[in-house]
Amino acid sequence: MTETRWLADPQVRRGAVITALVMLLALLGPWLAPHAPTAMVGPVYGPPTAGAPLGHDFLGHDLWSRLLSGGVSVLWMSVAAATLALVVGGSLGLLAGFSRRRLDQAISWAADVSLAFPDLILVLLIVSMLGRAPWLIVLTVAIAFTPGVVRLARGSAVAVAGQEFVEAAQMMGYSRWRILFSEILPNILTPLLVHFGNMLTWAVGMLSGLSFLGYGVAPPAADWGLMINENQAGLLVQPWAVLAPALLIAVFAYGTNILAEGIGRVSARIGEKQP
Amino acid sequence: MTAALKVDSDVLRVSDLRVELAGQVDVLADVSFSLAAGEIVGLVGESGSGKTTLATALLCHARQGARITGGRIAVAGQAVLELEGEALRLARGGLVGYVAQDPATALNPALRIGALLRETVLAHQPRLTTDALQQRINETLVDVGLPDDPAFLRRFPHQLSGGQQQRVMLALAFVLRPKLIVLDEPTTALDVTTQAHVLETLKGLCRGHGVAALYVTHDLAVVRDLVDRVMVMYAGRLVEVAGCETLFKAPAHPYTRALLAAIPDIARRQPLQAIGGHAPAPGQRPAGCAFAPRCARRRAECAVIEPSLLAFEGGQQVACLAPYREPLPLGEQGVEVAAAPSAEVLLEVQGLDVAYDRQVLFDVSLQVAQGECLALVGESGSGKTSLARAIAGLGENVQGQLRYGGEPLAFTARHRDARLRHQIQYVFQNPYRALNPRQTIAQTLSAPLAHFFSVRGDAARSRVEAVLARVSLPARVADLYPHSLSGGERQRVAIARALICEPRLLVCDEITSALDVSVQASILALLRRLQREGLTVLFVTHDLGVVRAIADRVLVLRQGRVVEEGSAEQVLGRPVDGYTRTLVAHSPSLSVG
Repeated sequence: MTETRWLADPQVRRGAVITALVMLLALLGPWLAPHAPTAMVGPVYGPPTAGAPLGHDFLGHDLWSRLLSGGVSVLWMSVAAATLALVVGGSLGLLAGFSRRRLDQAISWAADVSLAFPDLILVLLIVSMLGRAPWLIVLTVAIAFTPGVVRLARGSAVAVAGQEFVEAAQMMGYSRWRILFSEILPNILTPLLVHFGNMLTWAVGMLSGLSFLGYGVAPPAADWGLMINENQAGLLVQPWAVLAPALLIAVFAYGTNILAEGIGRVSARIGEKQP
Repeated sequence: MTAALKVDSDVLRVSDLRVELAGQVDVLADVSFSLAAGEIVGLVGESGSGKTTLATALLCHARQGARITGGRIAVAGQAVLELEGEALRLARGGLVGYVAQDPATALNPALRIGALLRETVLAHQPRLTTDALQQRINETLVDVGLPDDPAFLRRFPHQLSGGQQQRVMLALAFVLRPKLIVLDEPTTALDVTTQAHVLETLKGLCRGHGVAALYVTHDLAVVRDLVDRVMVMYAGRLVEVAGCETLFKAPAHPYTRALLAAIPDIARRQPLQAIGGHAPAPGQRPAGCAFAPRCARRRAECAVIEPSLLAFEGGQQVACLAPYREPLPLGEQGVEVAAAPSAEVLLEVQGLDVAYDRQVLFDVSLQVAQGECLALVGESGSGKTSLARAIAGLGENVQGQLRYGGEPLAFTARHRDARLRHQIQYVFQNPYRALNPRQTIAQTLSAPLAHFFSVRGDAARSRVEAVLARVSLPARVADLYPHSLSGGERQRVAIARALICEPRLLVCDEITSALDVSVQASILALLRRLQREGLTVLFVTHDLGVVRAIADRVLVLRQGRVVEEGSAEQVLGRPVDGYTRTLVAHSPSLSVG
């Protein structure tokens, strides 16, 4: 469980460094940007120059400044959505896996039904009906992810709940909450954390996709997904306007993905030592 | 490549075999022995002694991380370690057969018995005609005592009993007519009666076909009637090799004596002697004799000189500087009599029925007196665990009546009050699953203290350390996680968790079946001591030897019904019921008879 053991693994370290770098860039970007993201400072689709290392976009904004400012939205929204899905889905799945019987049936049934909906369609549906406020987008993405977490948490919890140390706790008469959160939860945390990493990757992709389709962050603001959408017409004239944000999204997704996979591998190795 | 170089009857010849882990840490070293045709030899040792490593090395296999780095293995004149690729594949199974420990996981559940056998033969002899193949399979099935009709061949492994499954494993090994067969604890998963029958079959097969067999086990009693010779292994070395008679009558190595003293025997009541300390892990061998730190006959030179296996009179070989020369003293050793149980009844079970898909307990009644140890004995499926769980408050679908201390007792722990929940404690069979792997031992042990007695902080810590001392564990264990403890230590912690609740009744469900004999001896001694201190124990087991070592009274269960009940002396010595008599007769024993 200890972080030091995870960080000893080269893949985990690599993933953590890549993820941290992109996050740092996105978080500190707005302060580092030479221009305001909405200031039109150069020619439309202007090529890279000494003052503007990446050139200008379709309205003549400085692309470098927009890139630096456009990460925060996508990052906080993906982290918020994945966290929300983890907390809600994890709790429901834990409850279902331990209680069995009727509550389990109800929760599992609901999760299965919502799993049948394709994620992106569900999100598009809600966003196109209710609007594009950031909190609403976060909420809908979280809703789309929750059933997967429920399934995972329930499956892991069922396996743990059948073990004798849980029976021993029941026999002592510990409260249900105590058994759920101090006996079972620590034992299913690792698969959930790995899943959290995966959800982060998916959320970034989904949020960028939403922005690209025009349902994400509203236009004057800077956003990596939105930038790809805005600048696609000039792809041949000024490829950086599309490639740079796409590259950053890809690098972030890659980082979170190998981080999640590394954590999974290390904990599987730790698990092997226990017969 | 021919066998003409050696003209003797030895089927297997192993010399100076050495297996290493990374970093030149030896798991196995200086192992030399030979097996004649038709000879069955037992390889005995505790877990971690290297016996399974030796067994698989005979098939030129080393588990991941280990490497066979030296020595020669010749089976019927063929140097197995020099084989590669296709030749090695054909030798595995064709020349050396292997029977794994647990047939339930070793047989592919998706293949029918017929397909399993056909596949095995065809992998080695692809040109066999259909008729010859069928005839070979039928002969083998009859040899191992299984039906050879087409209906049986169409069955799946899960449709067979455990004994039949292990016979199928034997058939799979013998159908290729190997010269040598390696069996890795093949009967540990079986009931005693089934075990006795399977061992009888195995003996007949080896004698009949002239196949040499190496039988790996941790239980000396099991091999008593089966093998011709026994090899005892400790810390990756053979420490004693002797004929069966000699080994049991006059064991020369102190470790062999210690092992024998640790085995519970149905025939005589003796205080079990645990072996103190631990077997050294690979890479932590002390200089000199590896057993010296645990040896009562240790001399100064034992810490310096590593004894090699030297021949004694009568073919006995011993690796010891101070071997025993005299035979094992016979006769009963005095046993301290436990405090006479009072007449006061602590627990009363009346007309208990348990039914899941089918009924597993029928109208079971019993009484446990304050301070006694009652053993519940039965084979798998007898309902003994269901009964124990019902008493502990983990039962489902229970009907009947439970009374504790004269008052009615609810079936589920949730409906019992806190006093009952801490006075009745349960210890689980599998120590590996009974402790939360994410909690330190201190956390596991102090949780009930806070829950039942509202004891927290320093007071809790000192109670935790006191209870660890009571189960003979050092206080530093408190800050460890379960995965850094051995199986025996975990079971002690599980017992400590029960003890810290200040129980009056302790229900133990097969708590030693996952442990080595020497560890089992120490756990049984611990329970005996606790019982003398006034604890009432309900001990569930399938091992009559263990019953003899610990129980005051015995209750025999068969298919959910009580068939016999009485004092341990009476039930094991003069069993009345036919079923009990079979159980007693088939229980492996160290004594002659």
